[in-house]
Amino acid sequence: MKAASLLRWESMLALVLVFAFVFFSAYSPYFLNVDTLSDATFNFTERAIVALPLALLIIAGEIDISVAAIIALSSVAMGLGSANGVGTAGLIGIGLGTGLLAGCINGALVTIGRVPSIVATIGTMTLFRGAAYAVLGDRVLKDYPESFAVFGQGYLVGPISIELALFILFAILFGVFLHRTRWGRVIFAVGANPVASRYSGIAVNRYRFALFALTGLFSGLAAVLLTSRLGSTRPSIAQGWELEIISMVILGGVSVWGGKGSIVGVVLAALVFGLVTFGLGLMNIPGIVLSIFTGLLLILVVAVPALVNRR
Amino acid sequence: MSAPRIRLSDNTRRDLGFAALTAALFLAVTFAFPGFAAPRNLAGLLDDTAILIMLALGQMLVILGRGIDLSIAANLALCGMLAALFNRAFPEAGIVPVFVLTLVAGGLLGACNGLLVWKLRLPPIVVTLGTMSIYRGAIYLLSRGAWVNENEMSRDFLAFPRAEFLGLSMLSWLSLAVAAAFVVALQRTRAARDLYAAGGNPEAANYSGIDPGRMQFLAYTVCGAIAGVCGYLWVARFAVAYTDIALGFELSVIAACLIGGVAIAGGIGTAVGVVLGCLFIGIIRSSLPLVGISAFWQMFINGAVILVAVLLSARQREFKRTILEART
Repeated sequence: MKAASLLRWESMLALVLVFAFVFFSAYSPYFLNVDTLSDATFNFTERAIVALPLALLIIAGEIDISVAAIIALSSVAMGLGSANGVGTAGLIGIGLGTGLLAGCINGALVTIGRVPSIVATIGTMTLFRGAAYAVLGDRVLKDYPESFAVFGQGYLVGPISIELALFILFAILFGVFLHRTRWGRVIFAVGANPVASRYSGIAVNRYRFALFALTGLFSGLAAVLLTSRLGSTRPSIAQGWELEIISMVILGGVSVWGGKGSIVGVVLAALVFGLVTFGLGLMNIPGIVLSIFTGLLLILVVAVPALVNRR
Repeated sequence: MSAPRIRLSDNTRRDLGFAALTAALFLAVTFAFPGFAAPRNLAGLLDDTAILIMLALGQMLVILGRGIDLSIAANLALCGMLAALFNRAFPEAGIVPVFVLTLVAGGLLGACNGLLVWKLRLPPIVVTLGTMSIYRGAIYLLSRGAWVNENEMSRDFLAFPRAEFLGLSMLSWLSLAVAAAFVVALQRTRAARDLYAAGGNPEAANYSGIDPGRMQFLAYTVCGAIAGVCGYLWVARFAVAYTDIALGFELSVIAACLIGGVAIAGGIGTAVGVVLGCLFIGIIRSSLPLVGISAFWQMFINGAVILVAVLLSARQREFKRTILEART
């Protein structure tokens, strides 16, 4: 029953995707063009890369509001590194390392500090973003080495950007991990009933910690890609992304109560998100109008099953 | 009936501790910079903090009932735009209709959140994340993306929050009045006791004839109404209305609640604590330039304070909650 309704949600997303695709190609002659579509993927790949581990975290019954602040902190760390002459490989290490460390702090607060994850990560969000502001103030860091630009601006083959390739690769890895391995099953179990999971011998806190660390690491990766694409760092970088990324995950059919969700749904939601943003842009409709659509969709996602189950 | 009394005294103890901490901070700053305690400066501090105080009190109601309102800043911005557009269309109408309009509009927007949470039992965080986007988008549709500037606002409209009475701005008086009303109402009214009960243990509350969903609905409605009026105050104080005002402010408001000792799990928190939390933030904000620390450190310090506050309260709560219900 649960699997069936989940499947229905994913097919609905796929339908929305096809519909949007057909509609936009009929509306604009510029839409159905490989280069244009390839450009459009930059709209969502960085956010979608963070949405993957965050989906796991939410399925496990936790949440991380600090992801965008981690991106900012990692970006500032890389900017400072670059200003001090660190090379491209070093910068990637700094970006990923900062993200991982920030994720571990979140994990420690939730598991050792026993703070509810929403509160802990609102705190660390303020702390990390605050650190970015404290260090940088109103300055901009933008002397990145030339070779660093390849991650956010380069292409792997033809129209497939490195960002898109990474997203596809990780989507497959996360999908297999969540749906085909024992660890994936445990994540569902932890989210569905943490107490029962603990009594059945699962080291619940170890899983929680690992998922927070993973989410931090991928926020660091998003920071590498975003910084490389923009070629500059301000403390306000990725501002407001946390709620967009969470929306993406929930839109993908992941339950905020935990224990339910799929990577296919999240990937589809990311594609819908990117495609509709881009299409509306072609139609000269500002992004803020899209937010009404996103908001309604977000409520519908949770309201429809609630209404159906009521009968 | 002994359980609520124990919790109450715990609250009082925590509030006293936090009050001592806030006072210590205040005295330390005053000791180093005697000018800080000048009446003029303190009036400014209260004026800067007034809107945060009112919003945080509204947010506290929602959190007490185990909800959260992420749409509070979008609600504020939408009602602020409504107020500005209304004032532009009817500049002679005065500010009473503006107050009524924003109070009702904000209350309705809050009630939307409340209905979805109560009747459909949807997760509060998703509902208000959704309405946050919708309300923001609605501002754009309403204003077509244009700004309403100072020269398009009537004199009365702009003057009210700044008007001085006994050395304090009307905005400050209003926040003091709201705070006083909250202190009294949370202690003395049945609805408030029901809200604490519903947030503390929804199942037990349900068995004793309290509908926790209905309490959440009421909390959201009151919170929305406060946000609505704050919309007018914000727009009048900063003399401009546009789509992005108070963007991201919802998390600052929640942060103020957490610093003030409101438990995100519901049922625990006091009006005094929340007001102290806001003043604590206000004191830090206005003393940073005196100490010679860049204002850019404000957010970092807030984050550190939140984490210390929640780490301490997580330890305390553990002993109490495990007796009544399993920690999930």
